Amino acid sequence: MTAAPGLRGRHDAGRGRAPEGGPNPEEAAADKKRGRIGQLLVLPGFTFLLLFFAAPVVVLLAMSLYTKAPGAEIGQFEPALQFSNYAVVLREYWDVLVRSFAFALAATLAALLIGYPMAYLVAVRLRAHRLLQGILLVLLIAPFFSSFILRTQAWKQILADEGPVVGVLRALAVLPEDGRLTATAFAVVCGLTYNFLPFMTLPIYASLERLDTRLLEASGDLYASPMRTFRQVTLPLSMPGVFAGTLLTFIPASGDYVNAALLGNNRDTTMIGQVIDSRFFRVVDYPGAAALSFILMVAILVLVMAYIRRFGARNLF
Amino acid sequence: MRQRIGRWIIPVFGGLAFVYLLVPIAYIFAFSFNDAGRTNLVWRGFTLANWLDPCGAPQVCQSLVNSLQVSVAATLAATVLGTAIALGLVRYRFRFRNTADLLIILPLATPEVVLGASLLAQFLNLGWNLGFATVVIAHTVFCMAFVVVTVRARVAGLDPKLEEAASDLYASPLATFRKVTLPLLLPGIVAAALLSFAMSFDDFIITNFNSGSFDTFPKFIYVAATRGIPAQANVIGSSMFLLALCVVVTGQVISYRKRKALAAR
Repeated sequence: MTAAPGLRGRHDAGRGRAPEGGPNPEEAAADKKRGRIGQLLVLPGFTFLLLFFAAPVVVLLAMSLYTKAPGAEIGQFEPALQFSNYAVVLREYWDVLVRSFAFALAATLAALLIGYPMAYLVAVRLRAHRLLQGILLVLLIAPFFSSFILRTQAWKQILADEGPVVGVLRALAVLPEDGRLTATAFAVVCGLTYNFLPFMTLPIYASLERLDTRLLEASGDLYASPMRTFRQVTLPLSMPGVFAGTLLTFIPASGDYVNAALLGNNRDTTMIGQVIDSRFFRVVDYPGAAALSFILMVAILVLVMAYIRRFGARNLF
Repeated sequence: MRQRIGRWIIPVFGGLAFVYLLVPIAYIFAFSFNDAGRTNLVWRGFTLANWLDPCGAPQVCQSLVNSLQVSVAATLAATVLGTAIALGLVRYRFRFRNTADLLIILPLATPEVVLGASLLAQFLNLGWNLGFATVVIAHTVFCMAFVVVTVRARVAGLDPKLEEAASDLYASPLATFRKVTLPLLLPGIVAAALLSFAMSFDDFIITNFNSGSFDTFPKFIYVAATRGIPAQANVIGSSMFLLALCVVVTGQVISYRKRKALAAR
């Protein structure tokens, strides 16, 4: 690099913001070169995503409008613009779609209620105890280390009719004699909550870890009750974590079908992911499955956008 | 008195939450020692047989090997492509930068069924056979998003003065990258790679859409769940858990030592 030191300084000032409009040809050339390096770095991954993320979504959209020609074999569809596919699947699966979002919402709230105290305990209360904090932090992500399906299957067996939990609850008369936990909406929401809990606790932990505890002391010194300190100091400062955590839990939970398949029943706990899967592989109705996928994707994007707008993009990242 | 209760409520509630978190893991571990026979549903007595013969059940080890191969390939691809993108996005400004930004974040906001279904639509459209390659491609898509997000945070936190100092000392751009930038980014890149590996290894939904008859470990368990999961699957699940625990604990110890050494200096 042969640029003069002073010039390099100006260069840095411009970085991170829009390039300043200084009519310096040398600087402009350097900017252009830097721009080209940037493009070269991004190009391979960008191309990959265009081919295997953007293009597939377009193909999915096209496929959702395909039609079945009369007398065609199973799995044979013709390109068309059959918008009625959407009306058909929406009419048939509206309830399932609403239920999926309701389950995802319930699981997100439950994960927040369970995850926040956990994150708070590890990040704030145990700050002075480095070793214990380290151990619990590892345990916080422990579910990631074991298989998602094995864990869900384990829950199925723990909550089974002949399992220990049902036995105890029946003995305590919390559950009626013939009451059960598996194959219920409760079990599905429990499974969703459990499986996506680390996605909630980790972002909250990350934002609470940066919390300056002197602020809590200051609040206490000013005669704020612990509750008020939490409401007016701790919670607002941890909002970015809560915000990221709720999104990271809600999005995968609404599309999940493993929990519903293993812990639910076939009647009133079906989630939209199960329907998409069976439309693709059992019914071999590609247009219907594609239309449902697209509806799910758009519904989530709309919900997420509304959420971001309501609670502020400043909490994002 | 109220103060007392206030002090204890969080540790007690948090402790219970940790128990909730660990119960299924303990269950998986315990049932890896079950003298199960064909179905590992009820406790039939303690045995070491499953641990001594982890490949005893048909297909278990083959699916494990498949999963490891997929995860390694997808992690490598996602880490290289994702790190380059993170560097490009933070350090350089160019046309279409915002488009690129959006394209990279969108997979994170897309549920797995939709990612899986759209890729399946694409592969059907291209007429590709489903198998190892399509699974690796599918995993690379979602792992890459995680790598970009993780590494980008690290790049943004990097002090550009260090790289400038290197070039002031007449290091070529390549040498600067190798000797300064890369070592500083390495912890972030390693964390991203480990995360990718874990996500890829454990993925079921996207795999199920794009694998055809190719079985990964999670897919094997899911299919086996209808007729009874062999205890060997619990052995493998428990071993992976212990292995991951070792990796994370080692990482923590290393960073703890480094911090201590820096403080002592």
